[in-house]
Amino acid sequence: MEIYRAHVLVCGGTGCSSSGSAKLIERFNEKIKENDLDKEVKVIRTGCFGLCEAGPVVIVYPDGTFYSRVKEENVDEIVTEHLLKGRKVEHLVYTDHATHEQNANKSLEDINFYKDQTRVALRNCGVIDPENIDEYIAFDGYRALEKALTQMTREQVIEEVLASGLRGRGGGGFPTGLKWKFAYGDGSLGQQKYVACNADEGDPGAFMDRSILEGDPHSVIEAMTIAGYAIGASEGYIYVRAEYPIAVQRLRTAIKQAEEYGLLGDNIFETGFSFRLHIRLGAGAFVCGEETALMTSIEGHRGEPRPRPPFPAVKGLFGQPTMLNNVETYANIPQIILKGASWFSSMGTEKSKGTKVFALGGKINNTGLVEIPMGTPLRKVIYDIGGGIPNGKKFKAVQTGGPSGGCIPAEHIDIPIEYDSLISIGSMMGSGGMIVMDEDNCMVDIARFFLDFTVDESCGKCAPCRIGTRRMLEILNRIVEGKGEEGDIEKLEALGKTIKATALCGLGQTAPNPVLSTIRYFRNEYEAHIKEKRCPAHHCRNLLQYVITDKCRGCTACARACPAGAITGTVKQQHHIDPAKCLKCGACMEKCRFGAIIRE
Amino acid sequence: MSEKMISLTIDNVKVEVPAGTTVLEAAKQAGINIPTLCYLKDINAIGACRMCVVDTGGRALQAACVLPATDGMVVKTNTPALREYRKTLLELVLSAHDQKCLTCVRSQNCELQKLCRDLGVESGERFAGKRNEYDVDDASPSIVRDNNKCILCRRCVAVCAKVQNVGVIGPVNRGFATAIESPWNMKLAQMGCINCGQCITACPVGALREKDSTDVVWNYLNDPDLHVVVQPAPAVRAALGEEFGYPMGTSVTGQMAAALHRLGFDKVFDTDFAADLTIMEEANELIARIQNKGVLPMITSCSPGWIKFCETYYPDFLDNLSTCKSPHEMLGAMVKSYYAEKAGIDPAKIRVVSVMPCTAKKFEAKREELAGTGYPDVDAVITTRELARMIKEAGIDFRALPNEDFDSLMGESTGAGVIFGATGGVMEAALRTAYEALTGTVLENVDFRAVRGIEGIKEADVKIGDQTISVAVANGTGNASRLLDSVRSGEKNYLFIEVMGCPGGCVNGGGQPIVPAQVRMTCDPRVERAKALYQEDADKPLRKSHENPEIKQIYADYLGKPNSHKAHELLHTHYQKRELYND
Repeated sequence: MEIYRAHVLVCGGTGCSSSGSAKLIERFNEKIKENDLDKEVKVIRTGCFGLCEAGPVVIVYPDGTFYSRVKEENVDEIVTEHLLKGRKVEHLVYTDHATHEQNANKSLEDINFYKDQTRVALRNCGVIDPENIDEYIAFDGYRALEKALTQMTREQVIEEVLASGLRGRGGGGFPTGLKWKFAYGDGSLGQQKYVACNADEGDPGAFMDRSILEGDPHSVIEAMTIAGYAIGASEGYIYVRAEYPIAVQRLRTAIKQAEEYGLLGDNIFETGFSFRLHIRLGAGAFVCGEETALMTSIEGHRGEPRPRPPFPAVKGLFGQPTMLNNVETYANIPQIILKGASWFSSMGTEKSKGTKVFALGGKINNTGLVEIPMGTPLRKVIYDIGGGIPNGKKFKAVQTGGPSGGCIPAEHIDIPIEYDSLISIGSMMGSGGMIVMDEDNCMVDIARFFLDFTVDESCGKCAPCRIGTRRMLEILNRIVEGKGEEGDIEKLEALGKTIKATALCGLGQTAPNPVLSTIRYFRNEYEAHIKEKRCPAHHCRNLLQYVITDKCRGCTACARACPAGAITGTVKQQHHIDPAKCLKCGACMEKCRFGAIIRE
Repeated sequence: MSEKMISLTIDNVKVEVPAGTTVLEAAKQAGINIPTLCYLKDINAIGACRMCVVDTGGRALQAACVLPATDGMVVKTNTPALREYRKTLLELVLSAHDQKCLTCVRSQNCELQKLCRDLGVESGERFAGKRNEYDVDDASPSIVRDNNKCILCRRCVAVCAKVQNVGVIGPVNRGFATAIESPWNMKLAQMGCINCGQCITACPVGALREKDSTDVVWNYLNDPDLHVVVQPAPAVRAALGEEFGYPMGTSVTGQMAAALHRLGFDKVFDTDFAADLTIMEEANELIARIQNKGVLPMITSCSPGWIKFCETYYPDFLDNLSTCKSPHEMLGAMVKSYYAEKAGIDPAKIRVVSVMPCTAKKFEAKREELAGTGYPDVDAVITTRELARMIKEAGIDFRALPNEDFDSLMGESTGAGVIFGATGGVMEAALRTAYEALTGTVLENVDFRAVRGIEGIKEADVKIGDQTISVAVANGTGNASRLLDSVRSGEKNYLFIEVMGCPGGCVNGGGQPIVPAQVRMTCDPRVERAKALYQEDADKPLRKSHENPEIKQIYADYLGKPNSHKAHELLHTHYQKRELYND
C-alpha cells in the first residue's frame, strides 16, 4: 500500500455531485500531476459529508482543512498554495453562517455543525472511498461479520441486537432485535427465508439512506449478511429506488468486491454459511417503502400493501419468512456487534437508544445531514448544529417525520428528540426528515403541501386513503384559496380521524398527521383563513395584498416590473397598486430597493 | 379429521370456531353481520374497503375479513367510534360514486345502497368533491363496464384472474385516479375476455352489467310480421324465482313457461329438449371417436365461455372439442329448419330468443358460423336477470302464475337434459346414453354421483360393460386450465372431459340473479340451485335423453340418425384460434 503525505477528500455524494464535484476531482488530479505531486498526494472521492449546504466540499488531510463551495477555478490555488506550499487558502475555508466565523485552524470535527454530532451510521461517510473495499476493511470493515460468524451463535447475535435497544430507523421504530427474533422463529434452518433492505427512501427532503449507500455501502452489505446468519437466511434483497443511480452503482460495485473477497457467496469465512445479495430497483412509488408493498413490488406485482397479519416474519417475500430493515438500521449493526450492545445503549435515552440521522432542511442556515444521540433537545439541533434561522427571522415550527409526521411548534422546542416524545406531541421520528419553518411559512399551506404529496402517492387500494386524503386536500385547497367555509376544520378533523383509524397501511394511517398537528397547534391560522379570509403569514396568494407604503421614493422600478400594469404613479411620488389588476406575483417587491412594498 | 377449535368473544358473544377462521366468519357464526364491500367469500379477501374494521384492543383497527381469529381474542364490532368510521367511509365512497340509483340496474340489489340504508347514510354530500368521469365500455356483446359506478372493491379483478384464470382487468393508475381497466385502456371486446360475466355477479354495485337485449326482444314481440320462438336454458328455472322473492333453489319451471306465454312469445320451447338432442349427438360422437381412434379426450362444447377460453388460451386443444353446437344453438337451427317446415313458416320471419344464465351466449349467438340454415340460429339472447325485468315491466304477477307446459314439438325433456345446468350434468347425461348405446343393456341406476358437486375438478373411472372410461369434470376456466395442463403434460389421461366455463356450471352463470356477498357467506348458489335441478331430474319419468319421445320423433322425421349428414349440417360447428388482443 502506498503512503501519501496528504489526502484530498472530495465529496461525491448526490448533492455535491450536482454542484460539480466530479469536475473538481478531474481538475485536482490534473493539477497534482502537473506539479509532480501524484506520488505524495491522493485524491479520494468520498460519500456525503453531510453539510450539503456548503458543497461542493473538499477536505485536506492530515490537517483536516475544510473548504466549502469550491469551484473548479479554485482548484489550482488549493494545489499550488496548500498542497505545494503548505499555506491554507483562507478565503475558501468554510464560514459558519450563524456565527460568521471563519477559522482556518479549525478542523472538520471542531466546527459547530459537526462538534455536537455522534456519527455511528454515518461513521464512514465522507471518510472513505466507498468504491474501495480495502478502505472499508481498514476502518474495521467486515470484522463484525467475522466476529458474528466465528465467535457468536445465531442466538447470541440476536441477543446482542436486542440488548442494544436499536429500533427501526425507517419510521415505525419497532425494536430491531425483536424483528430478528420473530424471523428466527424456532431457529430451524430448513425453510427458505429472506433478509431484505428497505432503501426506498421517499420522504421529501430525507436522504440519509442515500448518503449511507453512496458513502458506505459495505456497512449495509455486512449488516445484511450478519442478519442472514442470525435468522437463517441465505438470500437477501436490497430494494433501492431507481432515482438513486449513484447508490445503485456503488452497491453493485460493493457487492462484486465483497463476492471477490469471499465476504459474500458460499461458505463465508469457511463457516459453511452462505449468503447472496440481489438488488431490485423501485420505480419511485412512495408506498413501496411500506414493507408489504415493498415485498409485493419485489415479487413483480403492482406495489400495494397487503394486510398484516400475516406479518413478514411469518409470511413475507414470496410467501417465506422475511426480515426487512431500513438502510440506516443496518448501518448501525456492525458497530453494535463489534463494540457491544452496552456501548450502543449507553447513547440515547431510556427507550430510544443510539443515534439518529436527520436531514435538516427548510429555513435553517446549515442544511444537511446530522447524526445526533437520541434525546438531544430540538433546540440544540436547530440553533447549535443547524446554525439557527437565516435572515434573523423567527422560528415557527419544525416538521419531522416527513409527510407522515407532524409540525412541532416553538413551544415544544426544548423537547428531547426520541421516538415516544415526538409521538406524544403529534409528530413522529419517521425516517428523519426535519424541515424548519419560520414566520413566513403558512402552516395551512405546509399541511397542504405534505398532503398533496401523500394524495399523489396513495396507491389507491383502500377507500379511506384513496378518497379521504383527496377530500382533505380539496378542503385545504379551498381554504388557502380563500374559499374556506365554516365547518371545514371539523370536516378535516373527522376525515383525519377516520383515515388514521381505518387506512390499510402506514402511509394512509399517518397521512392526516401534518393536517391534524397543524390544526392542533395553529388552529388560529386555519380560522384566520376561513373566517377572516386572511393568511397570517402573508403567504397564501389569494389572501394577501401587495401595498406600497410611504417609504416609496417614486423610482418607478416596480411599475416597470409589473407584468399586469397594476402599478400607477408619477416619478418621485408614492406609487399605488390596483388590487383588482394585481396578479400577486411579487415582482414589484423584488425590484423595490427601499422596502416600500409589503404584503398584508 | 379433527380440527383444532378456538374460542373468542365478539361483542360479548362467545363463539367457538375452527382455527384459521376469520373474525368476519366467526362473527357471522355469532349472529353478527359485520358490514363488507370488497369481501367475497372464497374469491376476494384483501381488506381494501375497510368497512369491516373491528377493534381487537390492539394498536390499530383490523379488517375482519382478513384477520384470523385467535384463541381468547376479544373483538368489538359495534363501538360508537367504529360506527362513525364506517359512516364516514360510506360517505367517502358515495362522494366518488355517480349515485344515479334510480336508473341503475342494480337498484334494490346493490350492496352499497343496502349498506347506506342499514347505516343511515343518505349521501356523500358532506365530502362532495371531484369525481372521475369515465366512458362506459359497452363494446362487448356481453358485458358493460361503467367505471362511474365502480367502488374499486376488486371483486371482479379477483374472480377474473384467480377463479377464471383470464385476468383481463386490473387496477391502473394510483391514488384517486385508480381505475379498473384492461391493459392499455383497451375495451373488453378487444381483449381475451371470455364473456363469462363472472365479473358481473361479483360486482357489488352497477359498475358491471350485462349488455341489455330486452329492447331487441320487445321489438320482436311487437312486430306482427314476426314469429317469435323462445327457449329457456335448464339453469334459468332454478334461479329465476329468486328475482321474485322465492328462496334460492326453488324450481319455477311451470311459472316460467306461463310467464313466457304471457309475454307474447309465439312458441315456448325448452332448451332442455335441445340438451337431450345434444346428448344424442355428443354421446354418439364420443363413441365414434373411441371406436375410430379419433382425437381424445373429447371435451364438451356447451359452454361458450369455455369455448372462447379454449380458443384463446388453449388452442392446442381445439381438435379435442366436441363439434356439437351448444344446445340453444341446436334448437335455434332446428326451429329454423324442422319447425319452420312443419309449421309452414318462412324461416326469415322467425326469431329465436334464448333465455340463458349466461352472458357468453350473447357473444356465441353472434358467431357467423352458427347459421347452418342460412339464418342465425339464435337471434337474441337475454339473461335470467333480463327475463325477470321483462316480466316485471309487463306487469306480470309471477308469483300468482299457474304452472304451464312448454309447447310441443320441442318442449319435452328428460332428466338428463335438466341437469345440464349443473357442473357434471352433461357428463352424467352423456354417460346415461353412452352406457346403453355401448352395452345394449338398460342402465338401472342412472345416478353418477362421482361427477356431481362443486369441487373444481372431479375425476371418475366409469365401468361401461367390459371397459372402463376415465372421465373428468372441470368447472370454472381456472380449474379447466389446471386440468388441461395436467393432460397436456401427460400426467393425466382421460377419454372424456366436461368443462363448464363458470364455477358450479350454468346455475352460477354470469347471467343469473346476483347474490349479495353477505348471503354468499352462508348460502352457496352453486349448491342450492343445483339441488333444484337434481330434484327435477329425480322427479322426471324419463331420465335418459334417448328416451325422449320428441327426440325420437325428430330423428325419425328429419335428422335420420345421430351424426348424420343432416345432423352435421345443422347441429355441429368448428372452432378457431383467437389472439389475446384484437383491434
